[in-house]
Amino acid sequence: MTFGQFLLVAVLALPALGAVAVAATPADRAARLVGTVTAALTLLAALPLAAGDRGWFAWSANGPAVRPWHQLDLPWVPGLELRFHLGVDGISYPLVVLTALLTLLCCAYSLYRVPAGGSGRALVALLLVIEVGILGTFLALDLVLFFLFFEVVLLPMYAVIAGWGGEDRRRAARKFVLYTLLGSVLLLVGVYVVVAAAGTADIVTLTGGGGLSRNTQLFAFTLLALAFAVKSPLWPLHSWLPDAHTQAPTVGSVVLAGVLLKMGTYGLIRVAVGVAPEGARWAAPVLGALAVAAILVGALVCLAQTELKRLIAYSSVGHMGFVLLGIATLTSTGLQAALIGNVAHGVITGLLFFLAGAVKDRTHTGALAELSGLRETAPRLAGLLGFAAIASLGLPGLAGFWGEAFAVIAAIEVGGPLWTTLAVLAAVGGALTAAYFLRLLRRVTHGRPSPAVGRLAPTLAGGELTAWTPLVLLALAVGLAPTLVLGVAEAPVNALVEVLR
Amino acid sequence: MSASVVQSVDHVALLPAYLAAGTAVLVLVTDLVLARSRATLAVAALGTIATAVGAAVVGAGDERRTFCVAGDCSYVFGGRAAVVGVLFALLTLGVLGLSGGHLRAGRAPVGEYSFLLACSMTGGVVLGAAGDLITLIVALETLTLPLYVLVGLRRGSLASAEAALTFFLVSVVATTLSLLGAALLYAVTGELHLGRLGTLLAERAELHDLPLTAAAGALLLLGLAFKVAAVPFHAWAPATYDGAPLPVAAYLSTASKLGGVVALLAVTSAALPADLTGPVLALLAVLTMTVGNLVALRQRRTVRLLAWSSVAQAGYILAPLGALALAAGRTGEARAGAYAAALAYAVFFVLLEFAAFAGVTALRPADADGGTLEELRGAARRHPWLGAALGLALVGLAGLPPGLAGLFAKVTVVRSLLGGGSGWLALVVAVNAVIGLAYYLRLGAGLYAAPDASNPAPAAGAARAVALVLAVATVAAVVVGFAPQLVLDLAAR
Repeated sequence: MTFGQFLLVAVLALPALGAVAVAATPADRAARLVGTVTAALTLLAALPLAAGDRGWFAWSANGPAVRPWHQLDLPWVPGLELRFHLGVDGISYPLVVLTALLTLLCCAYSLYRVPAGGSGRALVALLLVIEVGILGTFLALDLVLFFLFFEVVLLPMYAVIAGWGGEDRRRAARKFVLYTLLGSVLLLVGVYVVVAAAGTADIVTLTGGGGLSRNTQLFAFTLLALAFAVKSPLWPLHSWLPDAHTQAPTVGSVVLAGVLLKMGTYGLIRVAVGVAPEGARWAAPVLGALAVAAILVGALVCLAQTELKRLIAYSSVGHMGFVLLGIATLTSTGLQAALIGNVAHGVITGLLFFLAGAVKDRTHTGALAELSGLRETAPRLAGLLGFAAIASLGLPGLAGFWGEAFAVIAAIEVGGPLWTTLAVLAAVGGALTAAYFLRLLRRVTHGRPSPAVGRLAPTLAGGELTAWTPLVLLALAVGLAPTLVLGVAEAPVNALVEVLR
Repeated sequence: MSASVVQSVDHVALLPAYLAAGTAVLVLVTDLVLARSRATLAVAALGTIATAVGAAVVGAGDERRTFCVAGDCSYVFGGRAAVVGVLFALLTLGVLGLSGGHLRAGRAPVGEYSFLLACSMTGGVVLGAAGDLITLIVALETLTLPLYVLVGLRRGSLASAEAALTFFLVSVVATTLSLLGAALLYAVTGELHLGRLGTLLAERAELHDLPLTAAAGALLLLGLAFKVAAVPFHAWAPATYDGAPLPVAAYLSTASKLGGVVALLAVTSAALPADLTGPVLALLAVLTMTVGNLVALRQRRTVRLLAWSSVAQAGYILAPLGALALAAGRTGEARAGAYAAALAYAVFFVLLEFAAFAGVTALRPADADGGTLEELRGAARRHPWLGAALGLALVGLAGLPPGLAGLFAKVTVVRSLLGGGSGWLALVVAVNAVIGLAYYLRLGAGLYAAPDASNPAPAAGAARAVALVLAVATVAAVVVGFAPQLVLDLAAR
C-alpha cells in the first residue's frame, strides 16, 4: 500500500472512527473535542493528497480521461459490480479539502455553541458521518460505490435538521429527505442502466462513453441529470432547499450549502457528463436554459425575500445556476468555471450561513424588517456580513467573481443565438444578485438600530472568530489567486473535454 | 412401466425433514412426560438447531434426489433447499426466543405452541425441496396449517380469534385455487413434476397455447400470491398480523412469507412458461408495492404498519420476476439472475423484518400486542440499544444506509431488472422506495422523539432471550450489510 492509498483510506476511516469515538465518549464536551480533533486529523490527511506522483501530467492522447493521482481498487461485492475503488484527481481534490475544512469548522463551532434540541455529542457524531458520505462521494471511482456514499448522507442530514432545527423542522427535514431520496433512487436506476449496458461500474473505464449506445446514453443521462438536479438543486427541483436551509441549525446549513449541494454538481461533471457524453451534448441546451432560469428565479425571489436565512438559501439556487450553466457549456472554460464556482460558493455561503446564524442567535429573529442598524451596535459582525455579501455578489478580487464571470464567458464562447441569449440573461441575473445583496446590506446593516439589534454587544466570541477566519481568508485567497483551484483542475478538465468531442 | 413399485429412498436427502418432524414429535412427548415448560422449550430449540445443521450439512454436498419416477424426482435437496431449510429452522428458533413473554403470561400452552411451530418448520423444510406440485402444495399447507391455531392461541382475546378465522378462510380459498390450478395443469399435460411440466410446455407449442394452460397457470400463481400477501390478495395480512401474538406475527411475516416466495419461485422457475407468468407477476409486483406503500402511510398501529410494509416488500420480491414479462428478460442468464435476485431480496428482507419484529417485541411490555405508534414514542431514549436495533432494521427495510443490508437488497432488485431490460419496473421500484421511506421514517423518528408526558410509557425492559434474539438478528443484518456477496452466492446456488 503506497502512502497515497493510505491517505485515501485515512480520509474516510478517520471521520468514521471519529463518529464512533464521539458516540462512545460519555461526557458531552469531551466528545465534541474528540470530534473536532478527528475532523482536524481528517483535514491533515486530505491536504497531502495533492503530493506524490503526478507523472500523468505528460499524458498521451490515448490514455484514460480520468487519471487519478492516487487510487485504491479492492473487490467488494462482485455480484453487484461493486468495487471499493477510490481515487483523487484535480476535479475532486479541491472539494475534498473544502469538505474536510468546513466539517472541521462546524465541529469547532459546536465546541463554542450547541443549538437547542439535542446533545452536542450526537450532533458532532452526525456531522462526522455526513463528512464520510460526502468525502466518499468525491473520492469514489466506482459508480455503485458513488451511489452508496451518495445515500450515506441522507439520514444523518435528516437527523441534524429534525433534531436541532427551527420550529418547523420536522416538515422541512421530511421534505429534504424524501426529495433527495427521489434523486438518489433515480441515480441508482441510472447507474445500473450504465452498468447493465457496459458490464462494468469503473468510472475510469467508462468516462468518455465507454462504447455505450446512443439510446443508453440518452436514457442514462436523463436519469443521472435528474438525480443530480435534485441534489444541486436545479430549478424547478429546488423547492426542498429553502425550507431545509431555513430550519436547519447553523452548522447544518453550512454543511448543506457548503458541500452537500456540491455532490450534485460534482456528480454531474464526473458521472453524468463523463459517462454519457453523448447524452450530455443532447441535453446541454435544456440544462443551460434551466440553469439560467434558476439564476433569474433565484435572484427575483431573493429580491422579495423577507427572511435572512431564506434569502441566502435562495441565493444558493442562483449561484448553483451559474455552476450548472458552466457545466452545460461542456467547454473547458465552462467546466473550470463550474469547479471554481463550486468551491467559491462553498466558502462564501458557508460563511454567510455562519453569520446569519450568529445574527439569529443574538437577535432571535431572522426577519429583515426587524433587523436594521447592525453596524451601529455590532460593527464587526456587520463588517463581516458586508464582506461575505460582497464576495457572494461576485466582486472581482473575491472568490465569487471567477465562477460567475467565466460561466458567462464560456456561454458566449459556445456562440450561437441560444447560448448568447443565455449568457446575456445570466449576466442580467448577476446584476440582480448584486441588487438583492445590496438590498440585504441596506436593510440589515444600515439605518437606525431596531429594538432587537439595539441590545447587541459588539464583541465576537473566540469560537466564532476561529470558525470564520479561515473562510474569510479563503474567499480572499481564491479570489486573488484562482490558480489555487484552477491549477489542479486544468489538466483533468482538459482531458475530460477531450473525450467529450 | 412394469418394474417394481419399490423405490430406493435416499434417507440422507430426507435427513433435514426427519430432523424437523422429529423435533415436533419430541416436543410433544417431552411436554407429556416432563410437563415442564423449560424442558419443552429446550428440546424445541435444540431440535431447530439440529435441523439447521442437518440442512446445512446435507446441502453442502452434491444435490440429492429421491422419490424418483423415470428421472423426475419429487424431492430434490440442493443448494436452494438447503438455504430455505436453514432459514426456516433459524427463524423458528428466533421466534421461540421471542415467545418467552407470551408463554410466561400463560396465554398459550407451551407444549402445543412449540409443537405447532415445529410442525410448521417441517413444512418449510420440505417445501424447499419439493419437486412436484403435490409435494409443493402439501408442504405449503403443512407450513400454514399450524399457524391458524397459533394465531388464535391467545386465550381470551377476541381479536386473536377473529384474526385466526380471517386467516383460515382466506388461506383455504387460496389453497383451493392452487389445487384447482394444479389439477387443470395435470389435465392438460398429464404431469405433476415441475421440471417435466416445464420441458413439456416448452416443447409442445399446442399445449402451451391452450387457453386452459394459461388459466391453470394463473390460478396456481394467484393461489400462491395469497401466501405472500400480494395485492389483490393481501387483505388478510394486516388483520391477522395485528390480532396474532407478536412472535407469531413475526413468524407469519417472515417464515410464512418466505414459504410463499419459495413456492412461487419453484413454480415460475421450473414449471410454468415465463411468457405466461411474466406479465401476471409484473402486474402483481407493481400493484403490491404501490398499494402496500400507500396504505402503510396511513397506519397508526405499529404491527399494522409493519404488515402493510411487508405487503409492499412482497412487491419488491416479486419485481425481479416481473422482468420475465419482456423477451429481453427471458434469456437464460437474465432468468437465472431474476430468480437469484428474488431469493436474495427475500433473504435480506426476512432478516430485517425479523429484526424489526424482534425490536418491537423487545420495546413492548411482555405479552403486549404491537400497540400504536404513539406508545413507542421516545422508546429509543429509554432503551438506546434496543431502539437503535429497531431503528437499524427499519432503515434497512427502507433501503438506506446505515441499513446496508436493505440497501443492497434494493440494489440487487434494480440491477436484475435492468439486466432484464425492464427499466420501467426499476423506476416503479425506485419511486416506491421513496414512498416507503416516509412511513419507516415516521416510526423510526417517533422512537427518538421526546416522550409524551401525558402518555406515560410502560417501563418495560426486554427479557434476556428477546434481547439476545434481537442482538443476533442485528449482528447478522450488519454482517450481510457489509458482505452481501454471502447472500448473493447462496441465492444463486
